[in-house]
Formats: sequence, C-alpha cells, structure tokens
Amino acid sequence: MLVKLLSGDSPRSPLLALILLAILIALAFAPFLFPGIRSVDTAARICIFIVLVASYDLLLGYTGIVSFAHTMFFGMGAYGVALASVHMGRGFDALAVGTLAGAALAAVFAFLIALFSLRVRAIFFAMITLAVASAVAVLVSQLSQITGGEDGLTFLIPRELTPAFRFGDELFGVRLNGKLLNYYLVFLASLALFLLLLRIVNSPFGRVLQAIRENDFRAESIGYRVVAYRTTATCISAAVAAFAGALYAVWIRYVGPDAVLSFDIMLDILLMVVIGGMGTMYGAVIGAVLLLIAQNYLQELMGLGAGAFEGVPILPELLSADRWLLWLGILFVLSVYFFPTGIVGRLRQGR
Amino acid sequence: MPEPILSLEGVFTDIAQYHVLQGVDLTVPAGEVTMLLGRNGVGKTTTLKTVMGHWRAREGRILLDGTDIARTPTPDIARMGVGYVPEDMGIFANLSVEENMVLAAVTGPIDPARRDWIFSVFPPLKTFWSSAAGNLSGGQKQMLSIARAMIEERRLYLIDEPTKGLAPAIISTMARALRELKAQGASILLVEQNFSVAKALGDGVQVMDDGRVIWSGRMAELAGDAALQERLMGLSLEGA
Repeated sequence: MLVKLLSGDSPRSPLLALILLAILIALAFAPFLFPGIRSVDTAARICIFIVLVASYDLLLGYTGIVSFAHTMFFGMGAYGVALASVHMGRGFDALAVGTLAGAALAAVFAFLIALFSLRVRAIFFAMITLAVASAVAVLVSQLSQITGGEDGLTFLIPRELTPAFRFGDELFGVRLNGKLLNYYLVFLASLALFLLLLRIVNSPFGRVLQAIRENDFRAESIGYRVVAYRTTATCISAAVAAFAGALYAVWIRYVGPDAVLSFDIMLDILLMVVIGGMGTMYGAVIGAVLLLIAQNYLQELMGLGAGAFEGVPILPELLSADRWLLWLGILFVLSVYFFPTGIVGRLRQGR
Repeated sequence: MPEPILSLEGVFTDIAQYHVLQGVDLTVPAGEVTMLLGRNGVGKTTTLKTVMGHWRAREGRILLDGTDIARTPTPDIARMGVGYVPEDMGIFANLSVEENMVLAAVTGPIDPARRDWIFSVFPPLKTFWSSAAGNLSGGQKQMLSIARAMIEERRLYLIDEPTKGLAPAIISTMARALRELKAQGASILLVEQNFSVAKALGDGVQVMDDGRVIWSGRMAELAGDAALQERLMGLSLEGA
C-alpha cells in the first residue's frame, strides 16, 4: 500500500526512510508538536517549498532542463489567487478559480517558452527563462493598478481559514481555529502534489524523461519526440509550481514582487534541489527542510552562540547573528563538496 | 535478389564543414544481412546516422520500403520499424535493464516470448534485469544495446560495430545472437570491422571509401578473393 502510494519509488536507504518519516510526522503534527505562530509558519513554508522544489526537480533532475523562470510560475499561482480573491470577493470559489487560472497561465507561458527555445540548445532555454522571468517581475511591479505594484496585494481568504473562525476550544493546548484548518489545507495539498509528482516521474512518461536527460539522440532513435516530452515536462512543472504559489498566497494572505517573484526564491530553489539531491524527488524534501530551518533559525542560534562565547576573542564576532548568511554559504559549499550527488544521493550510495 | 528494404541514392551528408558522405548509393535487400565495410573514417557510421536522421542528407534519397525518409524526423523513422544500435551503445545508465527494454518496446508491452528469446541469447540480461544498466560490464551494455533493438520485430536493423572492443567470448555471444536474428529473416545493415564475424554473417557486402560505396557484391565473392579484400580494405588508399 505504502509502496503503491510512493509509486514504487521507495527511499532505498533505511536512514533516508527514517528521516523522511520523521519529517512527515513533524509536518503532519506541526501545530501540536511545535505550537507557536513562527514554527507553524515555518512548517507551512516547508510544505509549500517541498512541492515547489520537487516540481523544479522534475525539470532539472529528471529532464535535464535548467530554468530560471520557476519563481515566475510560482508567482502566477500566487497572483491568480490574490486577483481572484480581490475581484470575486473572499470565498473558496475565488481560491479555486485563481489557482486554476494561475496554473493554466503558467502552463501556457511554459509551453510558449519551451516551443521557442527547447528546439535549440539547453543553454538558450535557460537564458530565455531568465529574460522572461525578469520581464514579468518588472511588469508586475509596473502594472500597479492591477497588481498593486511594489506594494503587492493583500486580500481576504475564506473566513474558515482565518484565526477568527473557531470550531472548538482547544486540543492538546492548541486552539481549534481557521488557521489550523489553513495549515492542514496547505499540508494535505502539498502532500497530494508531491505524491502526484512522484507518480509522474515513476510513470512511463517519467522514464522517457530520464532517458532523454541521459541521451536525447538515443531516445529519439528509439522513437520518442524529445521536444514534445520536454515541453510537456516544462508545462507540468510550471503548473505544479503555480499550485505551490497559490498555496503560499492562501497561507500568507499577501502577494508582492518581493514575496513571490523575487530572484532570491529562485536561488533558494536551486540550493534546495542541489543540497537535497537532483533527480530523486526526496531530495526536495530534505533540501527544503534543511534550508528553511537554517534560514529561519540559524540567525537565532548564532545569536545564542555569540552570547555564549562572550569574552572569548574572535568567536562572538564570527558567530554574530548578522553573519548568518556567511555560515549558510559555508554550509552550502561544504554540502556540495561532501555530497556531490546531494544528501539523498549520498545516503543511497551508502546503503 | 530480394526487393530492397532500404536504398540510398546519391546521398551527400555534411558535418560542419566536412563533406563526409559524397554520393552514397547502396541497397539492403529484405531478409538479408548486408555488411558495410571499410576503413575507419570513410563514412560508415555517418551513413547509418543519416538513415536515422541524426545527420540530414544534403542531397539524395533514402528509401525505406519505397518511402523517402530523408526528411522524416528521427522518432518517426524509428516508429516505422527501424531498430538502431549505435556505436557508443547509448544505454540509459540510470535506468534498470528492464526499464531500458520497456522504453525500447515502443509499440506496446514487451512480448514475453520475445523477451525469453533475448534472455536465451543474452543470459546476463536476465540475471541483471532489475539492476541499473550503468552497473553492467562493457560487454553486457553492448548486449543490452542490441537487445533493445531486438525487443520488437523491426523492418530493418542498423547495427554499428557490435563487437568493437569486446572480449572474444563476448564476440561469439554477439555473433550467435546476430545469427539467430538473421535466421528469423531479419533485414540487417551491419557495420563490422571484425572480418571473420562479417564473413560468417554477411550475405551481401558494400565497401565504402572516402564517403562513397566503392564496391558492392556478395560476401562469398569477397571472402574467396584475398586480393580483392586487400585491394578494398587493406590498401584502399592506393586502390582509390
């Protein structure tokens, strides 16, 4: 049953299976295990980024396509929900319409970019995605009448997903309110999308993608139209990224160029997929968890460390909370050095 | 002589600034094994790649069963029933042996009888059926490469140097597999440097030099004439 749910793609390493199980349990019960606004917020972001990074892995790891437009697709989903909620009024129908419209737009954009650039060398695809993503980000900032410009848009989500909605008193000390429902919407939707991606990469379609990544001429000479497969993979990846964006918008109830279209998010996605392990899907889980926890808690941890070493020369300076990006960079370099195939790749080799 | 399954008429192919094929004319009769022989660098591999559409012919016609495929996309050529085994094997290393074979069976699920026949000619593929293809030895990778072409009955097989760099024991396995394929009445265009293998398998022969076919005839004729062999393949520079 479990193997079927994972589409036959088991973690293939006892340690990895254990880590993934721990992450699943932690995320499934996050509001109860780690009560507190910030920790639940981190858990929800982890869920969303797992989907976002996994959808990017479908492109980079499974199909061998480098794209810099993934944040753009993420943003399309987010803006879809925001615009639909603003114009249709709060409601689940607005969420559904916004999500589907965002995903459809993302797929259409992906189709057009792929059609124009995937026939030529992969590097052109990367360059074109970079150009289109930058252009869209500028456009969103400029079209302030529609998108709210740099300020972005705040909008209302259905009352059932807000803290104001109560459906009981407390359970294990946690208030039973709409925020809890919102978290579980994010968690379950992310889980479903991740399992869907796992299904896709382990389907015959996914096998053809892997064959194309390894040797595209050979795949063609067997009878597979490489451009068609690459284009389809790009569209699926874009649509799933848009779904992740929609979930993100529902969670933070705000969209803005910095929040959903920034190139920093693209860099985070790249780091997560490389640290976790390309072409594994599970790497997205490990990468997203590690990087988001580091981003959210490293600064605090270092502040504590700096305090603990007060009086010792140099160390408090090095551990100062302001230097957290330096340490994140060092962590990244070390992980690439020691785990060139990513953490998942390393764990699987070590079995 | 049987009807040709494949004929090339005046095929010219350029790779960058090099004029590699300079008017290739050749025919592959249906149900026969046609050997494509010649020194290194005379255009044998380019001929096969041009038939597959990897390199596009600048001029000339490539007829598969009478249909000109010179402008047909590679995947369509494959789906018209052309099985191609490239020189570099081109296996998908990260996929299992089974997945490699399933991908190669483009018209539907693998026929169990055909799979069992492949297991009988290439037993290691049965042993390593679920293993990653990248973990196979060089000879086993070559077996997989040929088996992928053989997993379905093709109208034509294009096989590029199947015994290149292999140990003698593996070469005899390859030769046996190709003999069995031939016994089924398959049409094969085979590039082979090992003349003893070529002699044992070939019905017809096409010898290339400098991007052209310079001699075509029956294998029996070439095999029985040492002077002709010497002239065509040993000292072809002087012979040209």
